[in-house]
Amino acid sequence: MLRPRIIPCLLVRNGGLVKTVRFGESKYVGDPINAVKIFNEKETDELIVVDIDATAKGLEPNIKLIGHLAIECRMPLCYGGGIRTLEQAKRIVGLGVEKVAISSAAIEDPDLIGRIATEVGSQSVVVVLDVKRGRKGTAYELWTHNARRKARPDPFEFAREAERRGAGEIVVNAIDDDGAMNGYNLALAKQMHETIRIPMTMLGGAGSLTDIGALIDACGVVGAAAGSLFVFKGAYRAVLINYPTSNQKDELVEPALRR
Amino acid sequence: MITIVDYGLGNVLAFANLYQRLNIDVSVAREPNELEGASKIILPGVGAFDHAIKRLNESNMRPTLERLVLEVGVPVLGVCVGMQMFARSSDEGALQGLGWIPGRVRALRSLSHFDRPLPHMGWNDVTPALRQPLFGELTNNRFYFLHSYFFECDQAEDIAATCSYGVDFACAVRRASIFGVQFHPEKSHRSGIELLRAFADLQHAPA
Repeated sequence: MLRPRIIPCLLVRNGGLVKTVRFGESKYVGDPINAVKIFNEKETDELIVVDIDATAKGLEPNIKLIGHLAIECRMPLCYGGGIRTLEQAKRIVGLGVEKVAISSAAIEDPDLIGRIATEVGSQSVVVVLDVKRGRKGTAYELWTHNARRKARPDPFEFAREAERRGAGEIVVNAIDDDGAMNGYNLALAKQMHETIRIPMTMLGGAGSLTDIGALIDACGVVGAAAGSLFVFKGAYRAVLINYPTSNQKDELVEPALRR
Repeated sequence: MITIVDYGLGNVLAFANLYQRLNIDVSVAREPNELEGASKIILPGVGAFDHAIKRLNESNMRPTLERLVLEVGVPVLGVCVGMQMFARSSDEGALQGLGWIPGRVRALRSLSHFDRPLPHMGWNDVTPALRQPLFGELTNNRFYFLHSYFFECDQAEDIAATCSYGVDFACAVRRASIFGVQFHPEKSHRSGIELLRAFADLQHAPA
């Protein structure tokens, strides 16, 4: 049986690993390669690495760092940040990265999704949607550039369009819940899960394994991604890389396998 | 010596790293003459079928590779699109495949009654056929998959393992010393390492 995926999401800024709260202030938490080595030992399902400076500052993807990550990673790797062209996506896939994530570039030029999918295959194209609760009546809005620019399309309509154009996965990044560790927005997760037919991964809000269990209960086979949960420990948010054991994982995914 | 074919696609260095960690001699071939000393060959691959075939042709390594695999009988392991290239054709592209194992690559979505989300993405269980040396010593049979196409063998005896995702499909193929897997052993933690070690340990006995 195909199992739900439990995915640490690492944020990179200036080559270092950081963690943000609601896309704002960032805290340095360590060296990304070292984190990858620890996640290897913990037999992590998958890893997402996002360079949060690249798009916001208009930088090129850091090829050296990405290559290094791909070599160290003994689990599948999804990289996002600064990818704006087909050439960049091909180059990164060529380094051995299983999936490339695009966000603002896909929203500004949806045709890019299809161009990349045709060359590298849909299975390697991930569209990340930064989603925020609307202020005036509208349920959810799409944002870009680390939640500093609002994009026009409706998140659900755009997810369908991304799927139609060849995306292989949608990652929903819930801006309001980033770093809050109060649980996933399950209503948002369910609505998106019912909207698309490609795999979906939810990011933002997980504060405990119980929260991950609740997402799997709600959606079945789904990706449950988290940042803070897997890098911090305790009330003072001490940096300690952690991940559920194989037995804990078996318990968490059990509801999805029973469906 | 395990030689990994570097034709510009797939995670060559992840395989190399893994074998180095296991203290198994490994090399990377980017030119035909670098394939010559190989006792085992790994043909990795990610991405679309036509793109992979094109890159392999452009690498100039194809004639040497075909001679070593088909005439000398050097065992080869194709991974993901590296395996799909063994077929004669693919639903995903227009180019001809290598035709090393009779079959064609088909889209999962083209199967009647198939109703699962695609791509097939994540960890799934693999059921080996009898007497398949790559699957002999596994502590668990769970591997990472990331694909929407699968290898449909003309002959059932070429199926080395199956996986269930809405349908049962061949997730590993084998004909004599030609081996292929749809999943990613280089990204499958312990089970992947065990499978890659079993490939390295195979006795070189061309059938």
